[in-house]
Amino acid sequence: MTVPVNKTAGLREVDAPHSLVAHFGPDRPLAMDAGAELSPLRIAYQTYGVLNADKSNAILVCHALTGDQHVANEHPVTGKPGWWQTMVGPGRPIDTDRYFVISSNVVGGCMGTTGPASLNPSTGRPYGLELPMVTIRDMVRAQAMLIDHLGIETLFCVAGGSMGGMQVLQWAATYPERVFAAMPIATAAKHSSQNIAFHEVGRQAVMADPDWRKGRYLEEGQIPTKGLAVARMAAHITYLSDEALQNKFGRKLQDRTAPTFSFDAEFQIENYLRYQGMSFVDRFDANSYLYMTRACDYFDLAADYGGSLALAFKGAKTRFCVVSFNSDWLYPTSASRAIVHALNAGGASVSFVDIETDRGHDAFLLNVPDFIATSRGFLDAAARARGLPPARTR
Amino acid sequence: MSDATLVNAPSPTPPAPPRVDLLLVADMVKPNSRVLDVGCGDGALLRLLAEEKGVDARGIELSQRGVNDCVAKGLSVIQGDADTDLAGYPDGAFDYVILSQTLQATRQPKQVLEHMLRIGQHAIVSFPNFGHWRIRAQIAVGGHMPRTRNLPSLWYETPNIHFCTIQDFIALAKTLDARIERGVALDRFGKPLAYSAPWIWNFFGEQGVFRLARKRR
Repeated sequence: MTVPVNKTAGLREVDAPHSLVAHFGPDRPLAMDAGAELSPLRIAYQTYGVLNADKSNAILVCHALTGDQHVANEHPVTGKPGWWQTMVGPGRPIDTDRYFVISSNVVGGCMGTTGPASLNPSTGRPYGLELPMVTIRDMVRAQAMLIDHLGIETLFCVAGGSMGGMQVLQWAATYPERVFAAMPIATAAKHSSQNIAFHEVGRQAVMADPDWRKGRYLEEGQIPTKGLAVARMAAHITYLSDEALQNKFGRKLQDRTAPTFSFDAEFQIENYLRYQGMSFVDRFDANSYLYMTRACDYFDLAADYGGSLALAFKGAKTRFCVVSFNSDWLYPTSASRAIVHALNAGGASVSFVDIETDRGHDAFLLNVPDFIATSRGFLDAAARARGLPPARTR
Repeated sequence: MSDATLVNAPSPTPPAPPRVDLLLVADMVKPNSRVLDVGCGDGALLRLLAEEKGVDARGIELSQRGVNDCVAKGLSVIQGDADTDLAGYPDGAFDYVILSQTLQATRQPKQVLEHMLRIGQHAIVSFPNFGHWRIRAQIAVGGHMPRTRNLPSLWYETPNIHFCTIQDFIALAKTLDARIERGVALDRFGKPLAYSAPWIWNFFGEQGVFRLARKRR
C-alpha cells in the first residue's frame, strides 16, 4: 500500500504540531550519548494548569514508547482522549487545579520534537537514519533544556510509565537536586534480553517491508505500513496479560459461527491485533519506532555507575514511589523490586506497591482504582512536604 | 467453652490483635533516629515515631491496603515481607529495626532476626509469649491448641507458624550473640508486669517486648 507522505495526518504533526514548541538554536545544541550534537532542536510540548509564583508545583509527565505530549487533551490526529486522562486532570491524582503539568514529545519522536521525520537542515531532506542514535538520557537532557527554558529550577514530581518510567529514573539519577518526587511506574532500570528480543522483532518487521527503502521512504512517497503494523501487533501482545486476552477474546470467532478454513482473521484476537496495527500506522512514523525501541534497548542505568544501581541513587533526597502491576510480564514486578532494593541500598526514601490486576503492562494507562489511590496518596503527601496548598474541595 | 463449640464456631477473619505494645516500642526509640518497621500495618507506629520523635521512618508491609494507607500518610513504605525483603538492605542502614507481633508469622524467624541485627544497630521485637500460664493451661488441661483474646485464630487458619516463649526468645538472642538491652513483659491488657524476672515474664507475660543490640566486640 502506498500512502503519499503529505496525506497522513500523523506526519503533519512532525512539522506543524498542535502544541507549543520550544526552539533551541545553534548556540544551544543537544549533546547526545552517541557523540553527536543535535542542532537546531525543536521540542513540542503541552502544559496544563498554572505555574505558581515560586515555581514549586511543576510536574513533568514522561511518555512511553509510542505515546506523546497529549497527556490530557484530545489527540490532534486520532481525536481520542489524552493517554493519561485517568491520572492527569482536574481532581485527578496529578491534579491540574493544583499542579503545573508539562509533557513533551521525546527526542526522536514524531509529534513535533526533532526526530527522524524532521528535516535535516544540512541536507534539506528528512533525517531518516542520519539522526544520531537517541538514548533515554538524551531524552532527559532535552527535557531538562525545556524545563530551563520554562524557568523552572526544581520539578515537584517527574512521573511516567514504561519508557516514561525509564526517563523518571534517569531524571532522578542525572538531576537528583531538581526532582523533589519521582514516580517510576511499570518500568525497569535496564532492558532485559527478552525486552530487546521483542523490540528486535518489531524493527525487523519494519525493515523487511520493501516500502521502508532503507529508511528513506518519506522522500520516495512511501510508508512501510505493513511492517510497522506487524511490529505494533507483536508489541501489543506484550502489553496485555494472557488472562486479559483470554477473558476478552478467548477463542471467539470473528463475524462467523464456524471456521472457514482460511487465513482470514478467523478469530477475534486476530481482528483486534490487525486493527491495532493498522490504526497505529496512521499516527506514527516507522523510523521513529526504530529509534524509540533502540533507546529502550540501550537503557541500563547501573552501567553508568560501575554496574551498581544503588550508586545511581546514592544520597538522593528525592521521594520515590515505585509501582508495578502483578500481571505485567513485559516489565515484571521483579524489575521494580530491583529498583526498590537499589533505592533502599542508596538510602533513598522509597515507597513501593505491586498492584494486583489482570490488565498486564497496559494497566498504568487504565483506570485501576488501587493504582489511582496509591498515586493520589503519594502525591498529596509529597505536596504537603513541599508546602503546596491543599486541594480545592470540589 | 467446650471443644465442640470451638470447632463449630463461625470463623470469620479474626480481628487484628490490639497493638498494645506500640507506645512501649516507641519508648525504646531515641528521637531523630532512623527506623525501619517491618510489618508496619497502616503505619500507626511509624507515624507516631515521625510526629512525636522526629524519626526518619520507613516500613515494609505485605498488604496493599496497609501500604496505601502508609503512602497516603507520607510514609515511605514498600510492599514486601520480612522473610524476603530484608536481605536487600545494607548493613547498619538503620538505628532501629522493629518487628511488632510478626516474628511468630515468619518462615525463618532466626534469619529474620539476624537480618534485623545486621541492618540496624538495635532490633526491637514484640511477640506473643507461648509460655503464658493461660496458654499452658489450655494445652495441659483443655488438651487443645490455645486461643486467647490476642491470639484468636484456630490452629488451621492461624498465620502464626513459629510460636515461641519468652524463654525461647532469650535463648535465640544468646545464640545470635545479641545483647538484651531492655525487656518488658505485658499482661493481657498491655500493661507492663510489675516484677521483672525472666521466669515471671515467661509465666505471666502475654507478650514480650525486647530491644536487642549486636554485642560490641
